Amino acid sequence: MAKRLSRPKKIRVLPGFKLTLGFTLFYLGLIVLIPLAAVFWKTSTLTWPQFWQTITMPTAMASYRLTFGASFCAALVNVVFGLIVAWVLVRYEFFGKKIVDALVDLPFALPTAVAGITLAALYSEHGWVGQLLSPLGIKVANTQLGIFIALTFIGLPFIVRTVQPILEDLDPELEEAASSLGANRWQVFSRVILPMLTPALLTGFALAFARALGEYGSVIFIAGNIPMKTQITPVIIMGELDMFDYGKATAIAVVMLVVSFVLLLSINVLQWWTNRYNTHNLA
Amino acid sequence: MTPVATTFHMPHAVHRHTTSEPPAVRGALIAVALVFLSLFLFLPLLFVFVQAFAKGIGYYLETLHDPNAWSAIKLTFLAAVIAVPLNCIFGVCAAWAIAKFDFRGKNILLTLIDLPFSVSPVIAGLIYVLVFGAQGWLGLYLNADNPQFPWLANWLNDHNIKIIFAVPGIVLATIFVTVPFVARELIPLMQAQGRNEEEAARVLGASGWQTFWRVTLPNIKWGLLYGVILCNARAMGEFGAVSVVSGKIRGQTNTIPLHIEALYDDYNFTGAFAVASLLAFLALITLGLKTWVEHQNAVQNEIEISQ
Repeated sequence: MAKRLSRPKKIRVLPGFKLTLGFTLFYLGLIVLIPLAAVFWKTSTLTWPQFWQTITMPTAMASYRLTFGASFCAALVNVVFGLIVAWVLVRYEFFGKKIVDALVDLPFALPTAVAGITLAALYSEHGWVGQLLSPLGIKVANTQLGIFIALTFIGLPFIVRTVQPILEDLDPELEEAASSLGANRWQVFSRVILPMLTPALLTGFALAFARALGEYGSVIFIAGNIPMKTQITPVIIMGELDMFDYGKATAIAVVMLVVSFVLLLSINVLQWWTNRYNTHNLA
Repeated sequence: MTPVATTFHMPHAVHRHTTSEPPAVRGALIAVALVFLSLFLFLPLLFVFVQAFAKGIGYYLETLHDPNAWSAIKLTFLAAVIAVPLNCIFGVCAAWAIAKFDFRGKNILLTLIDLPFSVSPVIAGLIYVLVFGAQGWLGLYLNADNPQFPWLANWLNDHNIKIIFAVPGIVLATIFVTVPFVARELIPLMQAQGRNEEEAARVLGASGWQTFWRVTLPNIKWGLLYGVILCNARAMGEFGAVSVVSGKIRGQTNTIPLHIEALYDDYNFTGAFAVASLLAFLALITLGLKTWVEHQNAVQNEIEISQ
């Protein structure tokens, strides 16, 4: 009794705090954190020059450039088309809209290996799309263009699904006010709507970019994995693993992990910014 | 959203003129969106099924009846049956702790839960090789030449238990990549619902379990189901992480996605697409269920609002 009285005033009515938080931390530690720590443990067995030499070897450097470049371009293209798709789904009515809306999530639901072999076969020289492109001199399979296409496929839903709810909640009165003050439709879009969508577009871009950097399954089949040309960074890691060179594989993994963590942090900041805009509008 | 409230204030024609685009622009935007989606989404989906049946239904069934395919299907289901319930329990616990209580470091915990999403699948597999593999943490302690724990090493050897390049590694990698799915669905949902209903139930004398089963669970059931569906889709479709830890022994450690890769590498494209069509079908079911759950959720919200 005395112990209870001496406690601070805040009383928890609901039970299970220690149990649920304890289990959450235990599970996360066991499944995620301890295994991730192994990466840094393994890297520490390399000397600094060894580490540096591994992460700056020419094939790795080429893979960083390719992975970053293709992921950036794919995310950028998705910002444009994702915004158009989200806009059309929110603002217009057309035949089959509900099915189209549901299918936007296909890249989330379709396993990456299936996406990979499908895109590779579609864009090969004899594939449905590839045979139309090859007379024009455009080669997609086994080129960097193929990697870009796979990453565009993977990233599309991120933009659509972050922009869509914001677009739905936009207050129409703001647009009416702008147009009654003499703005034309393009001005209303570029000066009123677009600024309000910017945080969501940036968040979607960052999510698609982050996903594309680590993507493996959907890329490897269409990429051809030619060293210095079409090898993405996860393929370099995989190559070292196949040669049982865990030290080298881990060193490159550390580079990727650090980049992912930085991106994850910026995404959280962006999402906080998006939500602030959103709740502000709702209020 | 179609602005219902504004049509109330002003004549329809005026509203249309001020807050929508000319019909030509509208048509063009719809056309651009549909062409883009057709090229990137609908065409690949159609292609899977057309290729799967390219050599007729007989060959399709033969491919799926192959013992290696059958073993891959069983292994994929085994991994999902273990990973999904575990991550479901984790998701409910994490959401309960985060949504119903205040504590320091909550944002850090949220970020940690998201971690597996931002780790490349290949790295997700690599970390388990580093922990359990022959050159890894456990490998060093259980090394046959110089075991630190001879009894454990002997026991594992006697029972022929392998983790990496075997089924346990595949299950672990699957669990890792699907950790956040249920938690991510439930946390915002339970945060939005607040604590009032649960607190009322407690004050009225319900036990903790009764509160959870009768008050919380009915409120979160659609979100929970949605999280489970997404978690399952990823668990059955995971490729990169599983590919690192599996060793790819046909008929033993190949999951469905790995079996697809094996057939594709053999230039058996029709066979690869036949097996792939199973996963594409699963993806369609996932999307269908997701749409249905969202509809149920909307219905439930409407009932609550009208009450």
